Amino acid sequence: MRTRPPLAALAPYLWLLVFFALPFALVVKLSLSDTVLAMPPYAPQLDFAAGSAGLKSFFAALDLETYRRLASDDLYLASYFSSLRLAGLATVILALVGYPIAYGIARCSDGARQVLVMALILPFWTSFLIRIYAWIAILKPAGLLNQALASVGLPPLTILNTEAGVLVGLVYAYLPFMVLPLYAVLERQDESLIEAAEDLGCTPTGAFWRVTFPLSLPGLAAGALICFIPMVGEFVIPDLLGGSETLMLGRTIWNEFFANRDWPAASAVAVALLVSLLVPIVLYQRQQAKVLGR
Amino acid sequence: MDTGPDRAVTSKPHVGAVRSGFAPWEDPQARPLVRFEAVTKRFDGEIAVDAASLDIHEREFFALLGPSGCGKTTLMRMLAGFETPDEGRILLDGQDIAGLPPHRRPVHMMFQSYALFPHLSVARNVAFGLRAQGLGKREITDRVEEMLALVKLEGMGGRKPHQLSGGQRQRVALARAIAPKPRILLLDEPLAALDRKLREDTQFELMGLQHSLGMTFLIVTHDREEAMVVADRIAVMRAGRIAQVGRPAEVYEAPANRYVADFIGDVNLFEGRVEAAEGGVVRLGSPEAPQGFTGFVETSHAIGSQAWIAVRPEKMRLHLDPPPAGPNRLGGRVADIGYLGDWTTYVVEVAPGRTVRAACANTARTVERPIARDDAIWLTFAPDAGVVLVE
Repeated sequence: MRTRPPLAALAPYLWLLVFFALPFALVVKLSLSDTVLAMPPYAPQLDFAAGSAGLKSFFAALDLETYRRLASDDLYLASYFSSLRLAGLATVILALVGYPIAYGIARCSDGARQVLVMALILPFWTSFLIRIYAWIAILKPAGLLNQALASVGLPPLTILNTEAGVLVGLVYAYLPFMVLPLYAVLERQDESLIEAAEDLGCTPTGAFWRVTFPLSLPGLAAGALICFIPMVGEFVIPDLLGGSETLMLGRTIWNEFFANRDWPAASAVAVALLVSLLVPIVLYQRQQAKVLGR
Repeated sequence: MDTGPDRAVTSKPHVGAVRSGFAPWEDPQARPLVRFEAVTKRFDGEIAVDAASLDIHEREFFALLGPSGCGKTTLMRMLAGFETPDEGRILLDGQDIAGLPPHRRPVHMMFQSYALFPHLSVARNVAFGLRAQGLGKREITDRVEEMLALVKLEGMGGRKPHQLSGGQRQRVALARAIAPKPRILLLDEPLAALDRKLREDTQFELMGLQHSLGMTFLIVTHDREEAMVVADRIAVMRAGRIAQVGRPAEVYEAPANRYVADFIGDVNLFEGRVEAAEGGVVRLGSPEAPQGFTGFVETSHAIGSQAWIAVRPEKMRLHLDPPPAGPNRLGGRVADIGYLGDWTTYVVEVAPGRTVRAACANTARTVERPIARDDAIWLTFAPDAGVVLVE
């Protein structure tokens, strides 16, 4: 039996209580409130002075009205599905781009590997916002990309303020989160397994598909979930690169909260997002438990 | 045991051969299954294998024996195709296999780490090579069943490798490598991960398997006992070179040089100068024994040249009373006694700082020992007990 000091065991729970459970309870409460033209812009508010009667009337005033509104409004549903679609598409592209990168790094010599992993993490030293702004400079109609295309006689592309722009930004920003877990499993893989496969008559390509790839699936699953979950709620990238046409939940929440001052609606969208992400989060947890349990 | 009509049979008596009548390497007409021709391999300028030449014959159980870093594994990996020789050729069935990648070679390897595919069941591991050969589903299932029965793992086909014990994993690795019927099976330290008892049992099972399958086995090991037990012939390697090739009894009883004598078991080496050599008898003058040493030799030795006589501990005779004067006679004092149950090893100090080992089989059931520490003792050995070495 492993014994832990009881106080140290409390620390993560305390952290989760203060920084996750309490704020989340506030958001859930907000999503069940009604909008009012006041300061703050929602009702009811808990009246401590009224005692238990105040508590009773407080809970009686909470309802699912906002959720009903959400479900009946096409705009919310559209932005919900568009978020899932864009995040899903970006995850597929990330897997296709990230796998060869991770595989390549894992097959390098020790020294080169360290440099390449460093290069992968290096962009984090620059502010995320600056890096996304840099993409505007690259993708805008008279930006670097179109200048380069024009110089070799190709027609210009319209990427900024389209879904393609959002995908470019998502793939760029989340690539390290796809590559690193994949790299971790590929680098750990026993080289003698590949030799055994080739020894038993597999071509190098055959050995990859029959041994390397199936054994790297836990890394691929981890990378996909780590990217997919935050991408669904991503705000900055669709806001800066997607233009007004791109519907994503992050922007919807921002609009409801700051533009419409509809705090209950914003909270309800946030709760709906979190609930729908529970499925991939639970999947990720189970997959991690399986890897650790081995 | 079925010896088969194609087996080369010679009429000579075979010293120490496990299988009587099996000695294709003595037949000058026989074409070896595998031939290494002056194969050299360097890694970053370091020489790993140095002009090694070897013949391995069909149905032979051949051992590459040497300490770690002697190049034995590199030699095997070149046959499997994982390394390419810098110089020399490797012939399989008389064909140079230089251009063949590992997956096109009819050679399978059992890896030291077993290298079982962790995502596949035992049955799918064993079927791996068969699938790559493009066999039909029915055939594969039958062959997998057959292989699992052969290594006594019936009914284990559905398990994953991590659900097996070390010994079971070793069997799966073996079954996987022999299932596609390779021309030669390579075993890279196959028993190193097993505990002693299991290792000894498995050695005999490997031999039985090799005999019944009629397959050619090449084993790489650093364990001399393992090599001696399983192999028809042993190649002792040292620093990339082949020091000696021979039957287990040959390398033990007639080592070619001091290195082999020392590597294959305990040995007492006595240094001296050749004083006389005639009629197959050599006399060495040595300060160690008052009347020098004598030994039988087949080759000629120049008078005055330096030589060693190598005597195995079990061939030394112990005397409590001084034996009559003569050659091959040393006196000393018992410095240590190692009682092993079946054997007792006596470490005898014959001169300050110079010890000689003698081993006696404990054939009688007695608890009292006639010899104790610090006893004065005499050691002798017969002229045919020692090997005269010049290298």
